[in-house]
Amino acid sequence: MSTAIVAQHVRRITTAQRYPRAVVGSLGVLAVVLSFYSLSVGATDVSMHDVLNAVTGNTSDQAAQIVVDFQLPRVLLAWLVGTALAVSGGVMQGVIRNPLAAPDVVGVTKGAGFAGMLLLLAIPGVPVLAVVPAAFVGGLLAAGLVYLLAYRRGATPVRIALVGVAVSAAFEAGIRFLLVRNPLDVSAALIWLTGSLFGRSMSSVYEILPWVVVLVPLVLIWARKLDVLGLGDDLAAGLGEPVERTRRLLLLFAVALASSAVAVSGTIGFIGLIAPHMARRIFGGRHLASLPSAALFGVLLMLFADMIGRGLAPPLEIPAGLVTAVIGGPYFLYLLVKTGK
Amino acid sequence: MRLQAQGVQLAYDQHVIARDLTLTIPDSKVSVLIGPNGSGKSTALRALARLLPPSKGSVILDGKSIHDTSTKEVARQLAILPQVLVTPESISVEDLVWFGRHPHRTSLKVPSPADKEAVEWAMTVTSTVELRHQHVDQLSGGQRQRVWIALCLAQGTDLILLDEPTTYLDVAYQLEVLDLLHQLNQEQGKTVAMVLHDFNMAAEYADHVFVMKSGTLVTEGSPEDVFTADIIRTVFGVESKVVPHPVSGKPMCIPLRAGLRTQTPTALANC
Ligand SMILES: Nc1ncnc2c1ncn2[C@@H]1O[C@H](COP(=O)(O)OP(=O)(O)OP(=O)(O)O)[C@@H](O)[C@H]1O
Ligand SMILES: [Mg+2]
Repeated sequence: MSTAIVAQHVRRITTAQRYPRAVVGSLGVLAVVLSFYSLSVGATDVSMHDVLNAVTGNTSDQAAQIVVDFQLPRVLLAWLVGTALAVSGGVMQGVIRNPLAAPDVVGVTKGAGFAGMLLLLAIPGVPVLAVVPAAFVGGLLAAGLVYLLAYRRGATPVRIALVGVAVSAAFEAGIRFLLVRNPLDVSAALIWLTGSLFGRSMSSVYEILPWVVVLVPLVLIWARKLDVLGLGDDLAAGLGEPVERTRRLLLLFAVALASSAVAVSGTIGFIGLIAPHMARRIFGGRHLASLPSAALFGVLLMLFADMIGRGLAPPLEIPAGLVTAVIGGPYFLYLLVKTGK
Repeated sequence: MRLQAQGVQLAYDQHVIARDLTLTIPDSKVSVLIGPNGSGKSTALRALARLLPPSKGSVILDGKSIHDTSTKEVARQLAILPQVLVTPESISVEDLVWFGRHPHRTSLKVPSPADKEAVEWAMTVTSTVELRHQHVDQLSGGQRQRVWIALCLAQGTDLILLDEPTTYLDVAYQLEVLDLLHQLNQEQGKTVAMVLHDFNMAAEYADHVFVMKSGTLVTEGSPEDVFTADIIRTVFGVESKVVPHPVSGKPMCIPLRAGLRTQTPTALANC
C-alpha cells in the first residue's frame, strides 16, 4: 500500500524529455501549418490555392502577388522575431538563474526600442541596417541600468523584475515623448509603442536575418555551458567554465537577439518570458532541448498574435504586441506571485 | 606535492578571513580539514580549487600558480564538490552526472566512449545507477548527495576536494561514501582532501588532519597527533575525553556534557 503511494510520487523523466526530437519536430510541423494558414488570412482573403501558387514561385495572378508582397514578409518575420525573442529570454533565464528574466522584463526591449526610434528620427534616411546596432546599444544601456539599480549583493528575481519594469516605463516614456515631438503615422507609432508586424517588407527580414542566423546557432553550441552555469558559480568554475566571461558573452548574445527583434517589429512583449517557460515545463532544464522548442513556441505565439491581430476585425489591425500583452500580462503576474513566495 | 597554498591571504571584498595560510595537501593521501563553523575551511578549499583568488600569496598546482592555469585545465586535474549546491530544476540524475565530463568535452564534439565509461563508473560506485532516470529535485537529501559525489567522481581527476560530502547522509551512507573515497585513494592513488565535522569519522579515515580556527591553521598532523583533549578544548571550547577506538585503535573523541565535566575532573586531567 505505502509503496504504491511512494511509487506514484516518483516522477520520472517525461516522454518529452526522453524524445526531444519528436516533440520539437511536432512543434515545427505545427508552426509550418500555421504559417501557411497565416499567409491566407489578412485584409483581403486569399485562398489556400493562391498561397501555394505564391510559395511555389507562381506569382502570375494578383492574389499570389499580394501573398508575396504583404503576407510572406510578415510570416517570415514572425519566425525570426519569435525565435530571437524566445531564445533571448531562454538565455537570460538560464544565465541570471531567474525565472522572471526576459528581454522585456530586464528593460532591454524598451531600451532598444527607444534607441532605434531615436536613430530613425535623428538621422532621416539612415540605412535600416544601422537600426539593429543602435537598438543593441539602447538594449545594453537599459540592461546595465537595471543591473546597477537592482544589484545589491545578489539581486532577487522579483527585485530585478520590479526594477526592470520601472526602467522599461522610463524608456517607454521616452518613446512617447519622441512620438509627441515627431508625429509619425499611426502604424509607425504602434510599432514603437506596442510592437507589430504591420506593413513590414522583405527589407525588415534581411535586417534581422543575419543576427538570428549567426547568434541562435552560437547559443545552441553553447547550450551546455548554459546548463553548467545553472549549477552555481562554484561548481561551474570547478567544472572548468570561466563563469564571468561565459555569462557576459551569453548575455551579450541575448541582448543582441532581442534588439534585432525590436529593430524590425518594435517592442513586442512577453514572448521572451513565456516561450522559454513553456519549453522548460516540457523539456526540463537542459538548454539544448529547451531552447529550440522555446524558439518554436515563440514562433507559434508570434504567428498566433499576428493572425489574431489581422483576422479579428479586418480591415482594422490590432498590433501583435497588444495581443501578446493580453496573453502575457496575466502569465507574468502569475509568475511574479509564484516566484515572490 | 602537487597542491599547496603558500602564505595566502583570503578575503571576501574587504573582509579578510585568513591572513597568512599555508597548507600543503599530501599527495595520494586522505586529508581532512576540521574546525568550528566559520573558521574558514570552505574558504580555504575554494582557494585551493581556484574558485577564490588569494589577495596575497599563491596557490600552486603542479609547480605553477593555479591562477596562471586556465580554469578548464585545472578542472581536468582537480575536482571540487562545493558545500552549497544548486540543484537545477527538472534534470535527471544521469544528465547531472554527465556534467562531470564537461571539462573533458568541447562544445561540438559528441561524447567519447571514455566519457560514457566514466559516467557509468561514477554512478555504479555511488549506487546511483537505479536512480538514473529520476529527477534530481525529487530525491532525498542523501540520495542527492550521492549524485553530487558521482558528478565529482565522473570528472576523473586524481585530486578530489570535497566540502562536507557526508552532510545529509545517514550513518550507512556516510560510511559508504568515506569507504569509497578511501578505496579510491588506496587502489588508484587519488588524493582526497575534504572538510568533515565528525571527529571520529575524520580520525578513522584521515591520513592527515588540518585543524583550523579563525582563518588560521592551528595544527596539522596524523589523527593521533591532533585529536587530543587539549586541542579540542582550544579549538572548539569543548571538554572531551579522547580514548582509543576499541577496534581500530584510532583516537575517539567523546564530548562531555556540562554535568559530566564537573563530575569527572580527574578524568579530564588525565587526557
Ligand atoms: N561569500 C561570502 N561573502 C562574504 N563572507 C563570507 C562568504 N563566505 C564565507 N564568508 C565568511 O567567511 C568566514 C569563513 O567562512 P567559511 O565558509 O570558510 O567557514 P567554514 O569553516 O567552512 O564554516 P562551516 O563549517 O560553517 O561550513 C565566515 O565568517 C563567513 O561569514
Ligand atoms: Mg564550510
